[in-house]
Amino acid sequence: MAEKIALTGNEAGALAFKHINPDVVGVYPITPQTELMHDVAKYVHDGDMDTELVTVESEHSAMSVCVGSSAGGARTMTATCGQGLALMWEIIYIASSYRLPIVMPVVNRALSAPINIHCDHSDSMGARDSGWIQLFCEDSQEIYDNMIMAIKIAENKDVLLPVMVCFDGFIISHTMQVLEVLDRETVSKFIGEYKPAYSVLDLDKPITVGGLDLPPFYFEHKRQQVEGMKKAEEVIDKVTKEYGELTGRNYGFYNGHQLEDAEIALVAMGSAAGTAKAAVDIARENGIKVGLMEPRVFRPFPEEKFASALENAKLTCVFDRSISFGNKGPLAIEIKSMAYDYELDVPIVNAIYGLGGRDITVEDFTGHINKLAEICKSGDIEHEPAYIGLRE
Amino acid sequence: MALTLKEIAKKQNRFVPGHRACPGCAAPIVLRHVLLAIDYPVVATCATGCMEVVSTIYPYTAWGCSFLHNAFENSAATCSGIESAYRALKKKGKIDKEIKFVAFGGDGGTYDIGLQSLSGAMERNHDMLYVCYDNEAYMNTGIQRSGATPRGASTNTAPAGKVIPGKPQANKDLTAIMVGHNIPYVAQAAVHNWKDLHQKVRKAIEKPGAAFINVFAPCYRGWRAKMDDSIELSRLAVSTCFWPLYEVEDGIYNLNHTPKEKLPISEYTKLQGRFKHLDAPENKGVLESLQNDVDVRWKRLVRRSEEDQAVEK
Repeated sequence: MAEKIALTGNEAGALAFKHINPDVVGVYPITPQTELMHDVAKYVHDGDMDTELVTVESEHSAMSVCVGSSAGGARTMTATCGQGLALMWEIIYIASSYRLPIVMPVVNRALSAPINIHCDHSDSMGARDSGWIQLFCEDSQEIYDNMIMAIKIAENKDVLLPVMVCFDGFIISHTMQVLEVLDRETVSKFIGEYKPAYSVLDLDKPITVGGLDLPPFYFEHKRQQVEGMKKAEEVIDKVTKEYGELTGRNYGFYNGHQLEDAEIALVAMGSAAGTAKAAVDIARENGIKVGLMEPRVFRPFPEEKFASALENAKLTCVFDRSISFGNKGPLAIEIKSMAYDYELDVPIVNAIYGLGGRDITVEDFTGHINKLAEICKSGDIEHEPAYIGLRE
Repeated sequence: MALTLKEIAKKQNRFVPGHRACPGCAAPIVLRHVLLAIDYPVVATCATGCMEVVSTIYPYTAWGCSFLHNAFENSAATCSGIESAYRALKKKGKIDKEIKFVAFGGDGGTYDIGLQSLSGAMERNHDMLYVCYDNEAYMNTGIQRSGATPRGASTNTAPAGKVIPGKPQANKDLTAIMVGHNIPYVAQAAVHNWKDLHQKVRKAIEKPGAAFINVFAPCYRGWRAKMDDSIELSRLAVSTCFWPLYEVEDGIYNLNHTPKEKLPISEYTKLQGRFKHLDAPENKGVLESLQNDVDVRWKRLVRRSEEDQAVEK
């Protein structure tokens, strides 16, 4: 039974945990994820979840426990961000390489140094090569919905890959928003019972997991992992459509806002996309034909779908909330690579914003849209990224 | 069932031949006997290290039970994850068999890089047994010093050089650290005394909650000893009181074996190339310090065991 309520991003995430009701959850706090796990712990200790909580001593152990548990055939989840995700880095590669369908909210937080507990995307971008599926959420509704879909995507026999459900730290995790939620029974029916591909607890089929894999075999095993990511795109599509039928909320690989006839296309993920939408509407009133493409799926990178979203624009500006030092914003780099492969005749520029939780406002966006409109006219494409809101 | 080699030999071996351990290595004996001592289905984890890499070269495995290797420092955390899944699934009626969980690690993956993960798992009191096979250095990567390396021993990162004669520091007392976790069962065992090892493993497995057994497992290669010396070195480690056999059950110390004659540590070090430089007159002080390390710890253990056993009576 659907219910409309007001929850913060963390609360929505915790409610998703409650409705999913996983077998095992690894728990380690890090701001701004912490309150999500507090809620989960309360649910468990009040008997509202049938979950074994493993309150580990570090994020490295949180992911290690998850690998053990998931390899034991249990539906397993955890949550982290920032330094916590950085500490897990060694093990997240192992989780995906062992084809374990672990689902983990990442409450996007800036990586040290300097230490900063606020939002940017450096943490999940740093993990983009790890073999995890990465979904980005704009608000509490998307968090709740994506987490439920993530379980079904991860556990699909053609995928068997872990999923990061990313949402902006503090901005979304701590802001009260209205969303519509399901219930345990509906969610259980949607995700079904977990049937693991293998289990170290299956005494009838003893198995060695994680052996030494020398040059004659390692390459082929990695190639199989590539296939899992490829199949993930189809499965994400299928599961998203099924969820749409269940809830009436139809997501795609991206959300387009006034994009169809846009001459200037903005690309932005996370909470800033919400701000950008407001700026797009204002700019449209002032006669600028601007639109927004908001990626939902970052890994696997849906090249074909993103290409068709951007092919008619005259100029694209990709907004990145992180930097790949030595190059530009990672989202911009990937969009440009896609544009080359798909022969898009669209100049692409980059804007870096919001590092360490620096706010980006509607005015910042409308200001930059005006600049982009001028670039569109003059054709003076600047390859160096612009820095929005930076004191230079 | 009587604890005889004849009876043990009848059991199914769960660490089978064909692995690539050096001939003369003590560690496979430890693994094999720990598994033979457990009369239950077992799921094992192992840290990256000699035993892991020799036993699981794809597409072969020496493990006759389910086995999971994760990374170097997290055998305990990984095992605790499987144990948690077991409890969760058992509660839901999805598993009905009784399964035991054993995490293996060398001294590298246990004393040093693995200490945090071990500590956390023990503190959470998961129903699991952690077995450390202690060969006193990072052997798999080519003989580098670890927290378990004894004072004065030569390794490739603390070699017996012209200026610095081997490892300057004493070894860590990990068994004592584990006692400090207040878990139901902690013990020290050694590869040569299979009966003591079997008894300890059986006891650890039957006691609910976390258990830790530190097992002395010589590496002749890293210690520069003779290939067939592993068992003799283990005997000497116990007779010199360098590696006492004891247990701490629910916090009560019990020294299992007192040598009839406490041999000087030189009887042990003289068989090993890693201590050869201690014969030099300028290094006499190092050998004396090593003897002192042994004596201080032995006296403390004897006293503590006598006190605890007196209270027990």
